[in-house]
Amino acid sequence: MVSSAAGRTEADIRGALAAVTDPELPFLSIVDLGIVGELEVGPGRIRVELLPTFVGCPALELIRSTVAERLLALAPGADIRVEISFTPPWTSDRISAEGRRQLRLHGFAPPERLGQATAPMALLRRVPCPHCGSRRTELENIFGSTLCRAIHHCSSCHQPFEQFKPI
Amino acid sequence: MTGPERSTDGTDPAAAAALAELLLALADDDLVIGFSDSEWTGIAPLLEEDVAMSSLAQDEIGHARALYELLAALTNDDADHLAYDREPEAYRHARLLDHARGDWAMAIARRYLYDSAKSVRLEALCDSSHRPLAELAAKIRREEVYHLLHVETWLERLARAPGEARSRLLAALEVLDPDAGSVLAPLEVERVLFDSGILPISSLSLLHAWHARVDPTFARLDLPPLPATVLDPARARHDHGEAFRWLWGEFTSVRRLDPAATW
Repeated sequence: MVSSAAGRTEADIRGALAAVTDPELPFLSIVDLGIVGELEVGPGRIRVELLPTFVGCPALELIRSTVAERLLALAPGADIRVEISFTPPWTSDRISAEGRRQLRLHGFAPPERLGQATAPMALLRRVPCPHCGSRRTELENIFGSTLCRAIHHCSSCHQPFEQFKPI
Repeated sequence: MTGPERSTDGTDPAAAAALAELLLALADDDLVIGFSDSEWTGIAPLLEEDVAMSSLAQDEIGHARALYELLAALTNDDADHLAYDREPEAYRHARLLDHARGDWAMAIARRYLYDSAKSVRLEALCDSSHRPLAELAAKIRREEVYHLLHVETWLERLARAPGEARSRLLAALEVLDPDAGSVLAPLEVERVLFDSGILPISSLSLLHAWHARVDPTFARLDLPPLPATVLDPARARHDHGEAFRWLWGEFTSVRRLDPAATW
């Protein structure tokens, strides 16, 4: 059974969501970032849940309104709901393999996998440099230019770099 | 009527009123520490700390916003209205957060005492019978790991430093210690909160859990032990004083220029 809203299938909707990016990481799709939660498509209606990366993320409202606009353009007249949810809580493990590749490509160290770990300290040490791959790196600050970033310095290529925090 | 397994859907008026008081206290705590942290933006002792304190402030105010939104959903109110349109007397944050900004040692001591208590409280709230609160607590807890990592490093650094840094830390703790227990002090509605499972662990047990975590750290760093007294509910979150009145004047100033402005 294929659900549809205004003739649009779930695949169409996922495609539209994949075209929305995080304004703080404009090369990264919100689907690869893993913040798209539950998606319900019914006759004439679409409901999407967004899972915030950080509770206080200032980009969230912009992402929410962009998603609502794109879905309305895709399915004009449909009842569109974009809701914020903390269930399941977003964790950096939700970032896809493609998302990690894009981060590296743009000079960010992707977060290492947390799994069941709660203490991230080990995941903040000797983070591979996204520029040269060296593990001779030092953590400079567990806080950075946005809530989701930490700052490191590479002793091999002498470049600073940002890491998407494991959380 | 009661029992930890019962969910809180607002049908029991006493439980709903108690939940509203708890949410207000939790939200006010995060709002006030958030604005205190933001006072350091631009004047922290190191550039790295300017960045860190600004991030911490943004996190805390974000937590406050999410908590005010839970409360607003319950009472058919608005988060901004709850955060900014009350008189200073109506805020219910812990008196630990009432002290003036002070020096860097004061900022670290306050953050340490607050964050250590907040983590203990969050762990308990992850099992709250009010599902939206439990879900939010689980999310906030992941962020708190970073806050603790930051402040524990600084507490140790100041405590182990010779001379002025350590003496300033000791002076800050002397001022803050009597109010340290205010974050976990029971609310007037403790009984209802506990019976309804909204607060699944009693405040007294939380205080014990907090001491079990903090006391060994203080002993290891040769800092004077924290007082074990339990603060009276009527004292812990009331009568905020001049320093808070000043901070309130700052953080409500833009809102008061034009409360109806849209952004």
